[in-house]
Amino acid sequence: MKKVIMGNHALSYGAMLSRSQVISAYPITPQTQVVELLSEMCADGTLQAKFIKVESEHSAMASCIGASVAGARTFTATSAQGLALMHEMLHWASGGRLPIVMGNINRAMAPGWSIWTDQNDSLSQRDTGWMQFYCSSNQEVLDTTIQAFKIAETAGIPAMVVLDAFALSHTYEVVDIPDQAKVDAFLPSYKPYARLTPDAPCAFDGLTGPEHYFELRYKLQKDMEKVPALFNETSREFEKIFGRRLEAVEPYLCDDAEIILVTSGTAGFTARVAVDEMRKDGIKVGNLRIRMFRPFPFDDVRRLLAKVPKIAVLDRNISYGYHGIFCQEVKSALNGSGSKSPVFGFIAGLGGRDITVASFREVVDITRGQSTPAEEINWIGVKK
Amino acid sequence: MSKEKKMRLTLPEEELVGSGNLACQGCGANLALRYVLKAFGKRTAICIPACCWAVIDGAFPHSCLGIPVYHCAFETAASTATGVKAGLEMVGDTETQVIAWAGDGGTFDIGIQALSGTAERNDDILYVCYDNEAYMNTGIQRSSATPLGAWTTTTPVKFPKDRPKKDIDAIMAAHRIPYQATASIAYPEDLYKKALKAKNTRGTKFIHIYAPCPTGWKSRPEDTVKLARLAVQTCLFPLYEVEHGEKYTLNIKVQNKKPIEEYIKLQGRYRHLKPEAAAAIQEGIDRDWERLLKKVNAG
Ligand SMILES: Cc1ncc(C[n+]2csc(CCOP(=O)(O)OP(=O)(O)O)c2C)c(N)n1
Ligand code: SF4
Ligand SMILES: [Mg+2]
Repeated sequence: MKKVIMGNHALSYGAMLSRSQVISAYPITPQTQVVELLSEMCADGTLQAKFIKVESEHSAMASCIGASVAGARTFTATSAQGLALMHEMLHWASGGRLPIVMGNINRAMAPGWSIWTDQNDSLSQRDTGWMQFYCSSNQEVLDTTIQAFKIAETAGIPAMVVLDAFALSHTYEVVDIPDQAKVDAFLPSYKPYARLTPDAPCAFDGLTGPEHYFELRYKLQKDMEKVPALFNETSREFEKIFGRRLEAVEPYLCDDAEIILVTSGTAGFTARVAVDEMRKDGIKVGNLRIRMFRPFPFDDVRRLLAKVPKIAVLDRNISYGYHGIFCQEVKSALNGSGSKSPVFGFIAGLGGRDITVASFREVVDITRGQSTPAEEINWIGVKK
Repeated sequence: MSKEKKMRLTLPEEELVGSGNLACQGCGANLALRYVLKAFGKRTAICIPACCWAVIDGAFPHSCLGIPVYHCAFETAASTATGVKAGLEMVGDTETQVIAWAGDGGTFDIGIQALSGTAERNDDILYVCYDNEAYMNTGIQRSSATPLGAWTTTTPVKFPKDRPKKDIDAIMAAHRIPYQATASIAYPEDLYKKALKAKNTRGTKFIHIYAPCPTGWKSRPEDTVKLARLAVQTCLFPLYEVEHGEKYTLNIKVQNKKPIEEYIKLQGRYRHLKPEAAAAIQEGIDRDWERLLKKVNAG
């Protein structure tokens, strides 16, 4: 069924069609519609789930962890300050190998208070052991949520579905909402490897000495490393059933490109429009949108970027005292691959300032004008 | 001919807390869980946050408990237990009861927000606070359950605790939960009865168990039960129940209050105490006791 819905509701539908059993969430702009619709669905029986109306995001994640260890499929959604408040619990979920799926609406971190988009909230959680998928359309939000449960439950690793505040969360688009039967065929009910039950009493996540801890973390990394292949496998299955393909990275006109613009989130869509326009002017640019940020798609990124003459990475985030975060990740992925391509780093759109076609033109102008980067960071649209 | 009578057991024999666990000698917290699990039995899951009990249970891959255990974050006993209960029900297990089992630090301080949330929603769990009046796991630092005048490593003898213990039971009563009680390891039958009552009540239950700690109180391990009994007999820790935040029932009606000195002198944590300070403690006890009697008589 095709419906015009907002990005936030695409998350709700994704969680509903995935038959989430326990949802625990706390409201924060711009995530509120996700939980409003889900609480309605729980109230009117559209979704057979328990909705726990917690008093904070910290308790939201803690109760998701409790529900997940009891063997239930669990979902939550948050943004910015809420995600930061969950930080300790994010480690708990991944360390406990609990396949919780969470929607995060990218919103700039306070202070000053901002409700507008940038990626510093989710990227600050980079090292918590969660998978992260960045979306650029409402269809992708819905599809990714369903796929995220499948990957999370297979790998035993929690997953974050990330979308831009307003640019996606509050933007209405046509979305194909699949039949429940198709989703059921793709995503069977959750069968945990072990769960909390008096039938087989054991202790989970207790004191773990140097004798064992290291191996538990080694296994988490090893299972993370299997995710790119798992991602492709589930994408193929997904395509068979739903007719849509989900890629870990999405190249656009990259084959003959002299400059590839690397982007993520909704900026990726704007980049495509910019690429089309610049191509008309005879400039050979392409776009690579990174959807899967954790685990990092090393092979895809190396394969697609290693030989391009120049790479320009646009970040809507920053690691203060270093680079934009996608830029540093791309550089580190290329390091050792034999690539000699210079990587130009750009920062734009912090706190929700628009990233437009003109922004990408500026990026390309700067990149064309220099053989190697003159600056560690090029700022787009900042009032200096 | 022997005239000895066979001792009648007043509690079920089944032990769900294994012996040889990591508790110190004379640990009150260890007794507390033994008695509660005698009432709750095997169809129980427990959430233990950071606290002594997170260690007592044993290190991975061991556990001294005969029930499933989830070791959760320090401030999340209540919210994790809420989640476990919801999760169990959604996978078809409506029978298993869920206990959140936290220390005073995890209850009075860092976990109070989650506890308040769970209680306000009236989620169907039992929350137990075993109270040893300080952060023992991290080496005896003060908590807001540490009593007036007591030494801890962060309230040194030159500046002992200068504020009274937080009245967590009044805070819980303000949530109007169906059932709450104070209890003591020195009164196992009373504690057992309260745990049974909690087991048979739906909604949020709260039991606050007085659990002396020889290591932190600098008392003799063999005095643990004696200290807990004295706390009741001096009216320092009265045993009572509250239903729906209103109906107060006093379980042990103390007629002749013992002076607090008897209790204080058995503990190194009060060794520095001057007579004026001891008098101030006695005054506080008398005031709180009168306040409680008013609530009991009103109910
Ligand atoms: C967020 C967080 N802060 C601090 C700690 C360190 N910590 C572990 S146990 C504990 C004290 C526990 O005190 P209490 O709840 O009274 O239990 P007890 O150790 O006395 O049994 C502290 C401070 C922690 N685990 N987590
Ligand atoms: S420090 Fe106190 S509470 Fe902790 S195990 Fe030892 S006696 Fe028990
Ligand atoms: Mg304590």
